Amino acid sequence: MRISTFIYTLKQGVKNIWRNKVFSLASIATMSACIFLFGLFYAIVMNFQTIVQEVESGMAVTVFFDEGLGQEQIDEIGAQIDKRAEVSQKVFVTAEEAWEDFRVDYFYGAEDMMEGFMDDNPLAESSHYEIYMNDVSMQSSLVTYLESMEGVREVRSSAVAANTLTDFNRLIGYVSAGIILILLCVAVFLISNTVTTGITVRREEIAIMKLIGATDYFVRSPFIVEGILIGLIGAAIPLVLLYFMYSRLIVYVADKFIWLSNMLKFLPVNQVFSTLVPVSLILGVGIGFVGSRLTIRKHLKV
Amino acid sequence: MIVLENVSKSYSAGIPALNDVSLHIEEGEFVFIVGDSGSGKSTLIKLLLKELEPTEGVITINNKPLNKIRHKQIPRFRRNIGVVFQDFRLLKDRNIYENIAFAQRVIATPTKTIKRRVPMMLSMVGLAAKYKSYPAQLSGGEQQRVAIARALVNNPKILLADEPTGNLDNHNAWDIMKLLDEINQRGTTVVVVTHNLEIVKAMKKRVITMKKGVIVSDEQMGDVRIGEGYED
Repeated sequence: MRISTFIYTLKQGVKNIWRNKVFSLASIATMSACIFLFGLFYAIVMNFQTIVQEVESGMAVTVFFDEGLGQEQIDEIGAQIDKRAEVSQKVFVTAEEAWEDFRVDYFYGAEDMMEGFMDDNPLAESSHYEIYMNDVSMQSSLVTYLESMEGVREVRSSAVAANTLTDFNRLIGYVSAGIILILLCVAVFLISNTVTTGITVRREEIAIMKLIGATDYFVRSPFIVEGILIGLIGAAIPLVLLYFMYSRLIVYVADKFIWLSNMLKFLPVNQVFSTLVPVSLILGVGIGFVGSRLTIRKHLKV
Repeated sequence: MIVLENVSKSYSAGIPALNDVSLHIEEGEFVFIVGDSGSGKSTLIKLLLKELEPTEGVITINNKPLNKIRHKQIPRFRRNIGVVFQDFRLLKDRNIYENIAFAQRVIATPTKTIKRRVPMMLSMVGLAAKYKSYPAQLSGGEQQRVAIARALVNNPKILLADEPTGNLDNHNAWDIMKLLDEINQRGTTVVVVTHNLEIVKAMKKRVITMKKGVIVSDEQMGDVRIGEGYED
């Protein structure tokens, strides 16, 4: 394609948008809403995933042994646990360490209450392994395995918490995918309407072009450009908006809710937007292209 | 240059718009096609532009049978044919320079060539001074001149004019006919479909008369020329 033809096609695409201002604005607005929600859900899901990962990494399965089990047998159980792929880390806690931890947790500042225990360790049979996992969704299968091991008295896990987090994350993903899909369909429909109007307005011009000897490609290109531009503008506006909103939200939460910032750590703006920007722009351009291409196939027989 | 061999065109099961028409138009000829409404003149023009396909028969233009031209090749084929219509079909939102340049842009002519060629065409049709005017600011005759300039800017070998004087007064109609004659003198084959029998008689050119889809006469005004395959 010649540069002059490329510039001409680009100009015609912009003119098409300008000629159908109302329809173009409606398409851009819908596209913006679509990409805005996409960006919003993306940011939420990304942050939530990070929180889930953090929680998961601190979530342990605890394995207690049969009373009187020797250290050799405990080490054997440890070796078997190490072989499991889903296990990222395993810590052995002796009965003394368990009692020490308990004292710190429950009798801090009331040490005199401890005197009754003297050198007696009420948790004498509570030496155990704390097992940390790569993927918390594998917890139930690991627990089943551990319970079946010889020498294991009890396995404690927070299966409910793990499953709830995973399920909730999945739910957010599904809901957001559903809403975005509906909005994408609306956006394609509106872009298609805008391009159809453009074709109707320019019917005479198209007829002249065809008689003069314009190629199909030349006749169609401005409408494709129109769709792509609408998609691009519709994606760029919410990205700018989301960028400022997200940056401000991080600062606002850090300033006003210091207690929350200990539990909730937002991902840095650049980390979220380094993926969100290209994905959204590609999505916008893609929807614009598909919307205009479908319409041209249907309404522009050249 | 233009050859029709036993060409028929039916739109539906009824009377055919063209019925077994055969015709030869040589390179550099000036031909009038006359006939009442429904005689098949417009169908003939559409067939020549490959806007329609004949139901039967073969049309050959510049030694190329049109039925051998594939859909993708149609634009290139049409670049050899200039077309002028009764209603001018100018783009109202562009000035006349842009209207003519548009015909070159759509076939990807370099800007340098457009800048040289458009003023040349405007001079030829006598509208060089009005290049910034919009169609609405011009008279009917002037608009038709712009349409002719647009049809010729890509240097086609054939010019088809469908009722080019239909919307013009007598004076302007004559001006347009003179212009078409000049264009023909320069070597372009000109085919004019018209109702204006007064002009047709005065121009003394070849006249093909159509009625109900058939050619009823084909004569050279002055000395009668029997067209090949013409029918009573």
